[in-house]
This record gives sequence, C-alpha cells and structure tokens, in this order.
Amino acid sequence: MNLKIKALKKSLWVYHLSGGSCNNCDIEILDCLTPRFDIERFGMTLIGSPRHADVLLCTGIVNKKCVERVKEVYEQAAKPCVVVAIGACACSGGIFRDGYQMGGPLNKIIPVDAYIPGCPPKPEAMIAGIVKLLEKLK
Amino acid sequence: MTAPVIFLYFIGSFVLLSVLGMLAMWVDRKVTARLQFRVGPPWYQSFADFVKLTGKEVLIPAKANIFMFVFAPVLAVTAAATAGTILLLVLTRGFGFQGDIILLLYLLTVPSLSIILGASSSGNVLASVGLSREMKLLLGYELPFVCALIIPALMGGLTTSLSEIVKFQNGNGMNIGSFAGITGFLIAIFALQGKIGFVPFDLAEAEAELAGGALIEYSGILLGLFKLAKAILLMAGPLLLIGLYFGGINFSSFAGVIAGLLKYVLILVLFVLIKNTNPRLRIDQALRFFWGWMTLFGITGILLAIMGW
Repeated sequence: MNLKIKALKKSLWVYHLSGGSCNNCDIEILDCLTPRFDIERFGMTLIGSPRHADVLLCTGIVNKKCVERVKEVYEQAAKPCVVVAIGACACSGGIFRDGYQMGGPLNKIIPVDAYIPGCPPKPEAMIAGIVKLLEKLK
Repeated sequence: MTAPVIFLYFIGSFVLLSVLGMLAMWVDRKVTARLQFRVGPPWYQSFADFVKLTGKEVLIPAKANIFMFVFAPVLAVTAAATAGTILLLVLTRGFGFQGDIILLLYLLTVPSLSIILGASSSGNVLASVGLSREMKLLLGYELPFVCALIIPALMGGLTTSLSEIVKFQNGNGMNIGSFAGITGFLIAIFALQGKIGFVPFDLAEAEAELAGGALIEYSGILLGLFKLAKAILLMAGPLLLIGLYFGGINFSSFAGVIAGLLKYVLILVLFVLIKNTNPRLRIDQALRFFWGWMTLFGITGILLAIMGW
C-alpha cells in the first residue's frame, strides 16, 4: 500500500460543513470531538479551513441557498478529500425531502463517499462509519 | 571549516532537528491529552501528518502572489534550520564568533516574518487579520526577548558570543542560579511561547474565529513546511535557552547527555504547562503583557545583572 495513503488514514483532519441542518447533527459531531470519545487517538482533529481538510462532514438537506456554497467548499478542499454525509437529511432529505427549500440531497451536488444515517446519528455511529470508510480508502 | 563541511552539518542537523522537533510536538499533544483525561495520539502522529501533507494537492489562490506564496514557507524552514544548525554547532563543538546571539535573534525572527509574508500574499481577508495580529505580537515579544538575550551577555562578562557564555557558565555555575538569570529565563520562556505560537499567544492562527488565521489558504506541502518550521523552532528555542541559562550540554560523557536531555524536557514541560493552563489572550492584552510586565522584568533583570546578583 502507498505510504501517503497510509499516512492519510492515520491523520484525518475534519472540516465541518453545515448545509442548512436543524443543528442536531452538528451538536452530535461536536459530541464526537469531546474527550469522552477522543478521536485524536486516531489522529483526527477538527480544523477551521477547507484548504487543510481531508474529510468534509456535511450535515443538513443542503437548501437552495447552500447549493453554491457547498460546491465552492468542495472545490476549495485539497484533494484527496472524502465527503461524509451525516444524518438522514444529508443522506436522503429526511422529513424535508418534499420541502420547497430542498436543494439536495448532498449526493446530487457533490460525490459522497460514506453515508451515516440517523436523526441525529450517535457519535459511535459516526466513528463506525469513518472506520468502514478507511477500510475502503485506496 | 570549509563550505562542503558546513553544508553537510546543515543537512545533518536539519534532519536531526526535524525528527526531534516532531517528537517534541507529539510530546506536547500527548501531555495535553493526558491533562484533559484523554488517551492522545500515537507517537508517530506528527510524522503521519507531515507525510500526509506532502501527498495532498497544493492549491494556490487566484488572487495570490505566487512567488511569495510559495517562497514564504521555504524561507521559514530555512531560517529555523539555520538557527538550529548554529545552536547545535555552538553546543556540540564550541563553534562561535562575537555577535552570534544577535544573528540568532535575527534568524529566529524570520519564521514569524515569513508567516506574515505568506499570509499577506495569499489575498485572503481572514489571513490579513491573522497577519496583523502576528505582526503586533512580533513587535510585542521582540523587546522582552532582546532583554532576555542581554542579561546572560552581561553576566558572561560583556560578550555576544554564545559559546563564551556557555564557557563562562561551565566555570562559574549556571546563569539560572542567580536572580538575574531567573528573571531572564522567565521572560525568555514567555517570549518563545509567542514565537512558537503556543496557546496564550496563538492569536495569529486562532482556529475559533479566524479559521486557521494566517495559514488559512495554505494546503499540502506548503502547510507541511510551516508545521515543520514550527517543529524545528520548538527544538531550537529551548536549545538557545539551555545555552544561555543552563550552561549548555556536555556531549563528552553519557551523564552529560542525559542531563542535557533533562534540561530540554524541563523547558518543554514548562511550555506545555503554560499552554494548558491559560486561555488565549486578546491582542491588546498580549501587547500590554509583553510591553508592560515583561519589559519591566527585563529592565530589572538587566539592572540585577549589572549589579552582579
């Protein structure tokens, strides 16, 4: 296996992107970063700029106003970069799928590598999802 | 020494300082994690981060000045490694000349200056806020840092050569053993904290409100080089303090090397403790701290050194 991919797996920097969510998934993402779960054990840290990102954690239905922004952030992220859809809304639209403000779901706008369903998903579910994604990474 | 030998020394100490500096970065993260009742990253974390960054795409913003944007991180690493090489030569071989602490003062300023250069050429608004803070912080900590360099120079009998200061301490006991030495050491610790950009003074890279601040537009290997410069500074800064206040490192015996390592770990632990027990200062608080208390301490220390205490 390639050394750089190996290093990438051990040092995922996470960028948190909210595409118009109800804030519940965002709170669960912050829970996931607390000392209780301590994802820094696996080298994951939250960073502030999409230029530094290896993983985009996207939440929310991506409403019509957000479509352009989500595309922009995805283009600004340095590749290789994986996209994870967090929560029922980002995966499929959830209860808002027939809403007038619906611009997504996420996989219509940018390519998505992993789906973590739930409303909201538990931090354990997010860690399990990321671990499964890492096994697929080549 | 001839040119090729000096070049070999440079390459050797560059590699050595990078590896040790990255390990020191890991120690910092691990101790921080333990203080917060976490497990913390594995020992190879900084290396994994660096290798990963070399494999990432390098993005250059459309509004950026390309030459300055690419040149700034290279300048940062080169200056930090040069300062480290001189320090290693002084501490291991007694190499040195009159005025080399002034040269070191200049070289240790260059990484901060290159962050300013890189941020200002990236054409990002948040980066410009970060760079203005970095610039003010640089103006702030340089003055006490100069005081902290003058104190041992006075104590060592009016010399500006680091190796003579080390030699003086080997004859007359470490500088830290006197009142002037303690004052100078305290100032130097805080000034280096600002230089390396550790938490009470990390306002240039404020992740909470500036999203990475001065480094916001950097990606891939260029970001990796800035991180590497920081790691080398984390090694070179304490080495300078060991030379100025702790009587250098005795490489001729095993016990001397262990003692040198302990001195380094002591300084590193002080850095990490200050980092973990203080919240980030606002820029006006940081400036008041450096130009007020620290400069006052510095002048007191100089007076104490003149009086020979």
